[in-house]
Amino acid sequence: MSQTIRPAAVRKSFTVRATPEKAFDVFTAGHHLWWPKSHSIGDAPLRTVIIEPRAGGRWYSITEDDIEHDWGDVLVWAPPARLVLAWRLNGQFTYDPDLLTEVEVRFASAGEGETRVDFEHRGLEAFGDTAAADAIRAGMDQGWGIILDSFQAVANP
Amino acid sequence: MTNALAFSTPIFSALADPTRREVFERLARGPLPVGELAHGLPVSRPAVSQHLKVLKEAGLVTDRPDGTRRVYQIDPQGLGQIRAWLDQFWDVALDAFKAEVERQAGQEGEKP
Repeated sequence: MSQTIRPAAVRKSFTVRATPEKAFDVFTAGHHLWWPKSHSIGDAPLRTVIIEPRAGGRWYSITEDDIEHDWGDVLVWAPPARLVLAWRLNGQFTYDPDLLTEVEVRFASAGEGETRVDFEHRGLEAFGDTAAADAIRAGMDQGWGIILDSFQAVANP
Repeated sequence: MTNALAFSTPIFSALADPTRREVFERLARGPLPVGELAHGLPVSRPAVSQHLKVLKEAGLVTDRPDGTRRVYQIDPQGLGQIRAWLDQFWDVALDAFKAEVERQAGQEGEKP
């Protein structure tokens, strides 16, 4: 009997010392300035990551070998309050146009020069529907091991 | 928002409790109904149900009806693992985002 689990969305909320306009701008136009270089697609090192500034725009990276790699696309472009991206990368960071998970980021003013950022990556059950599910599981094993190792380190200092 | 946040993820919270970790490890050996899971554990059956609820929310286990009882098992699709990975990944990425926003905002604030 196959049972589908519906994992809770990954949610993060935090405050940054900047205006919503600045936060939205850095998240999108400045995407390449903060994205972890270790998380990329392709054989060559990551050069940049781009979110095209409009609904329907592409979300993609360019590696040092001049190759573009699709990650997903922009579903909602509503600066400075809201951004919704379609994340179509499976767990091995391989693009799958049939995979749809959503990344939503909301920016709300939280007083003078501060912004509350509410982040959500949802629809994770879609990872279970892709043909690459087995590959995802294989790819996750390493990350899972690292997570548990980290947990052990914290739990048993 | 460094390690403290990175390790406050649901998966770590879920496994930080020794009884919950014991429940999880028992399920890792095979599917079990609540009653059998509770057997031999130093906590009440309602307490075990509560632990299962937390593990389920963290995406670590799933359940299915079996007659009048519910059988729990490790998430067969590995979605809990994917979720755990993403959860950890976004902590790192958003931490870097926060640092970059505040670096830029700080620089602009210093200008006359």
